[in-house]
Amino acid sequence: MAYVAVTGGQEAIAASIALLREYRCHGDNPLDPVAMVNRMGLLIDKIMGEAGLYCPDHAALALLQSEGSVEEAVFLLRAYRSSLTRAYYSIPLDGAQMRLLRRISAAYKDVPGGQMLGATYDYTHRLLDFSLLSEHEDTKIDTASSEDEECNPFHALRVSDLLRAENIIVQSPTHAKSSETVPEDITQNPLRFPTPRSARLQVMARAESGFLGGLAYANLRGFGQAHPTVGELRTGWLEVNIDHPLLDGQTLHVGEIQVTEVESFFSLEEESQLEELRDDPLKRMERGQGDKADTSTNALQIGVGYGLTFGRSDQKAISMSIMDFSLEKKSEGILSDDEFVLLHGDCLEMSGFISHLKLPHYVTFQSKLDRVRSTRKDTEACHA
Amino acid sequence: MLEGYNFAFLDEGAKRQVRRALLKAVAIPGYQVPFGSRELPIGRGWGTGGIQITLSLIGKDDVFKVIDQGSDDSVNAVSIRSFVSSCTGVEQTTDTSQATLIQSRHRIPEAPLRNDQILVLQVPLPEPLRMVEPREAVTKRMHAELDYAPMWLGLYEHIVRVGEVKIGADYPVQVENHYIMLPSPIPRFDNPKLHMNETLYLFGAGREKKIYAIPPYTQVASLAFEDHPFRIEDQADRACHLCGAQGVFLDELFAEDGQKIYQCNDSSYCLKRMNENGE
Repeated sequence: MAYVAVTGGQEAIAASIALLREYRCHGDNPLDPVAMVNRMGLLIDKIMGEAGLYCPDHAALALLQSEGSVEEAVFLLRAYRSSLTRAYYSIPLDGAQMRLLRRISAAYKDVPGGQMLGATYDYTHRLLDFSLLSEHEDTKIDTASSEDEECNPFHALRVSDLLRAENIIVQSPTHAKSSETVPEDITQNPLRFPTPRSARLQVMARAESGFLGGLAYANLRGFGQAHPTVGELRTGWLEVNIDHPLLDGQTLHVGEIQVTEVESFFSLEEESQLEELRDDPLKRMERGQGDKADTSTNALQIGVGYGLTFGRSDQKAISMSIMDFSLEKKSEGILSDDEFVLLHGDCLEMSGFISHLKLPHYVTFQSKLDRVRSTRKDTEACHA
Repeated sequence: MLEGYNFAFLDEGAKRQVRRALLKAVAIPGYQVPFGSRELPIGRGWGTGGIQITLSLIGKDDVFKVIDQGSDDSVNAVSIRSFVSSCTGVEQTTDTSQATLIQSRHRIPEAPLRNDQILVLQVPLPEPLRMVEPREAVTKRMHAELDYAPMWLGLYEHIVRVGEVKIGADYPVQVENHYIMLPSPIPRFDNPKLHMNETLYLFGAGREKKIYAIPPYTQVASLAFEDHPFRIEDQADRACHLCGAQGVFLDELFAEDGQKIYQCNDSSYCLKRMNENGE
C-alpha cells in the first residue's frame, strides 16, 4: 500500500469553519442587516471608515458575517474592495459645501451661521437605561425633524475662513504644494517617504480609530507639542460627483456620503522664517544667535490640522486633525515621524501581522535553536 | 469557482501592476520594488505578497503547489490552496516536479527545481537593513549608496558578543555582489539553493508592499567573513525516521515518550521517497 499525505490541516479548517457558523447563529434571534444599519449606525460608520469603503449595507453584512468583530468586518470590506475595478475618481469634495447636521466651534462663543449641537452623546449622563429592555420593536420616532432638515438645508462657511481673511492662518509651503498637484492614491500605490500630505490624510482616515486616538492623546499629554483648539467640527452630507464619462465639461451625481470634518487650530511660529534659519547657518550667525534660532522676533500664526472621517465620528476626526498637524510640523519625536505614525495604524496590517504569529514557525524555530545550541556548546566547553 | 469575482480575484489592472513590478525586479536582482499591494481575503502577514504574485502570474494551464514550512498540509497552505483554487479552478498538485508554479512559506523544496518552474516565496519583512535602521527613507538611501557598513558591523558585533551571527532563519545574502537582500525566513540550509540556480525565484511582501527576484543563474552569497564562514544548521548524524533521508532539512519532533526524533521537513519529498523505497 502506498503512503498518502495526511490531511489533518484540511479537516481541522473545515471543522473550525463549521464551528464558527454555529457560534454566529447562536440562539433564536437572527439579526437583520437593515436593522443593524438603522440601529448600529456608529459601529457601521467606524467600519466603513477603517475599510475606506462607504457602503452601510455591505458594512452591516460584514459585521453580521463576523460575529460583530470590527477588524474582521473591516477585513472583509477591504478584500472585497480589491476585487473591484477602479472606474472613476470623484471631483474633489469641499467640506464647506456640507449639508450640515452638526456644527460646533470651541474657538468662538458664536460664529456666523450659528452653532448646531446635532446628535451627540457628549451631554448624556452615562446611566444604563433599563427601560430600553422593554422598548418595543415598533417604537417609532417622529421623523419630522429630519424632514425639516431636508426642506431647509443648513450650510455655513468654515470658521477658519474668518481667520484666513485676517491673514492669521497662513498656509504652510508644503500645504500649498500638495494642493497644487494631483493627490496621491494610497489604495493603488505604496507609500513613499517622506510622504505628501494627501497620502498622510488618506492613511489616517483609514487608520484604526483607537490607534489614532492613543497617538493624539499622547500628543496632548506631553509626548508631543500639539495642543489644539477645535476650530470647527462639522458633520453632514456631501455630494459625490464625477466628471461625466461621455459629456465633456458636465458632471454626474453618484450619491452622497455622511462625513465628520474637523479643523483644529494651533499656534505656530511663522514657518518661512524658521526654515530660512534652519537651512542657512550663516544667517543664524549673522543674527548673532549661533546655533540657536532667534524666536523673539518670529511672529506667531494659527496652524490648522485637518481631519475627515466617514459618518459620525468626532473622536477619530479630532485625533486625525491633531496628528495631521503633528506630522506637518515635522518636529522632533516619534509623533512627528510619518513612518512611525502611518505604518502602524492600519487595522489590516496590524491584525494580519500579529495574527500570523499563530502560524506554525517550526522551521525558523529550528534555525533559532541551532544558533542557541551552537553558542551554548562553545560556552559550556569554556566553562568545562 | 467563486461567483461574481474576476479570474484570480484581483482586477486586471492590479494584476498588471504586479507584473510590471515583477519585470523590474527581475531586471534588478535583489532590488526591492515597491508596488501597490492590494488587500486580499487572506490576512496581511499570511502570505499576501506571494499570493498577489501567484494571482498575477497564474494562467489556466498552470499546475499549482503550495507549501508552508515544507508541508502541503499545513493549515495555511491548505487555506491558500483552496483560495487560489476557488478563484482560478487551476489544477493543484503536491508533487514538486509536476508543479509549474509553487508558492512557499519558509522553505525551498528539496527536489531540484527546473527552469520551467517558478518559486514564489512569501516575505514577512523584506528589509535586511531593518536590523540596523528602522526608517524606510534611510534604508532606501543606504541601498542606493551601497552603504552596508552598519550591516557588516552588526554581524561583527554578533560574533564578538556570542561568537556566532545570531540570525537563525532569513539569513541575509548579497546578490551579484550588489544589493543585500533577505531570502525570506528559509532556513540557512536553503540559502545555497539560491546561488546559480535554474529557477526563477520571486519574493512578495504584501504588508510591506515590496517585490523582488532572483532570476536564474544569479550569484547569491550569504553574508560571511573570511575568518567566520557562513554555516548552515548542524544536522549531521540525523536521519529521517520515516524515509531515512540524510542531508535534507529535518524537523525535530518529540515522540510520546519524550525522545527526540527527526523527520523530513519537506513532506512531499519524504512521501515520494517512502513510496519509492516501498516498491
